Amino acid sequence: MNILSNIGKYFLMLGIIFSKPEKGRIFRVRLFNELENIGIKSLPIVTILSVFMGAVISMQTAANMDYPLLPEYTIGFITRSSTILEFSPTILSLILAGKIGSNVASEIGTMRVTEQIDALETMGVNSLSFLVLPKIIAAILFFPIMTIFSIGLSLIGGWIAVVSSNLSTTETYVFGLRSFFVLGNIGYALVKTVVFAFVIVSVSSFYGYYTKGGALDVGRSSTQAVVMSSIIILICNFFLTQMILL
Amino acid sequence: MIEVKNINKSFSTNKILRDLSAKFETGKVNMIIGQSGQGKSVLTKCIVGLHEVDSGAVSYDGRNFSELDSFERREIRKEIGMLFQGSALFDSMTVEENIMFPLSMFTNMTKKERLERANFCLERVNLTGKNKLLPAECSGGMQKRIAIARAIAMKPKYLFCDEPNSGLDPQTAIVIDNLIREITYEYNITTVVITHDMNSVIEIADNIIFIHQGQNWWSGDRNSIIKTDNKEILDFVYASDFMKRIKDLMQTKI
Repeated sequence: MNILSNIGKYFLMLGIIFSKPEKGRIFRVRLFNELENIGIKSLPIVTILSVFMGAVISMQTAANMDYPLLPEYTIGFITRSSTILEFSPTILSLILAGKIGSNVASEIGTMRVTEQIDALETMGVNSLSFLVLPKIIAAILFFPIMTIFSIGLSLIGGWIAVVSSNLSTTETYVFGLRSFFVLGNIGYALVKTVVFAFVIVSVSSFYGYYTKGGALDVGRSSTQAVVMSSIIILICNFFLTQMILL
Repeated sequence: MIEVKNINKSFSTNKILRDLSAKFETGKVNMIIGQSGQGKSVLTKCIVGLHEVDSGAVSYDGRNFSELDSFERREIRKEIGMLFQGSALFDSMTVEENIMFPLSMFTNMTKKERLERANFCLERVNLTGKNKLLPAECSGGMQKRIAIARAIAMKPKYLFCDEPNSGLDPQTAIVIDNLIREITYEYNITTVVITHDMNSVIEIADNIIFIHQGQNWWSGDRNSIIKTDNKEILDFVYASDFMKRIKDLMQTKI
């Protein structure tokens, strides 16, 4: 019953969020701030994760190539495929659900328990639209850029690992990267990313906005936001893969 | 004038407000007093629309707030200034940005005009030159004064103050009290103050409403509250030894 009530409350919240912003100028300023907070400030962790994950994927592929008839360019092929199909859109989103989700839920939750949201409402500001809409749009705009960035870095990480460990040559690795390339897979990755960006920010905002109590409850909301975003991402991943790839 | 008629409010099975009616007059400091948990804050939140009433009506100068849709309510809310118990300043904004915020949201004033208004409000609360500080860099008393400055920035018709003196030393509390009184008279605002502080009640209250068990138990002015023989009020007003001694002294003199 509680789950159904929360789902209903979540969709009602979305209805309020997507109303026309009070002032375009203020909305633009907030959007740029959120692009920095959600996007630019996530780039360091995305860079580190992508390079190392690409390196590990390529080395694991090389280590598991026992069958002699498997061509050496398989390393590049597998690294590219796993990066585009799963690592960059899904795994990265799960990690960002932890970073961005907890940040959004705790920021909005703290505003709730310190009566800052009540202050906005008393002034006549649509607090949900004011606080959440710029975050959702910033995430939807920046996550695809981050995914493309992550794919590039992951492939570079794979190349560095393979060449420095003498597992393959640059030419063979690049040949693997270019083999059997399906452009639609990039589209699939970007669609997933946009959906995950929306899920992370809206679900985390929901838990933050409806926080009741004090500091302990803000922490609890933050944890719930990360757990629930991650579960919804995995469920969406399953259905999107069925709908787009199969 | 704000008028509250027969309002009821419950949270699940817990009935907080019971058929409560009250009037808050324009140009006067209207104080709501009562013990903790009796429904003072809930009443204020019902009046400003942060809580929906179960039944009854709240009207602002004849406009029935309870019957308005969210857009019409927002128009009335633009006429409301509110000072929250914890100040509720936006901690990511400077003092100046906090005060300019409602002006940026709801007016077409230029940046220069907004800044002039913010400076005027800061001067009014004796915080000239504190524009660039962040709320975290200000003391509790300063935060309350900044919150008052933000509340009056839009020249409100109605001012709500939720325990404006909580957590403040007696001297700063007097400063805040005087400021609320001066602003009320100066701008002819309908001011509603929730407080536990009997000193504030005696100093600045024009009208007093005593809430007990979610009802308007008693109402009157600061002179009549001292003379009343209502048991619940006497228990509340003379709860501390200090107030009891004052009462004894007063009786001895009589």
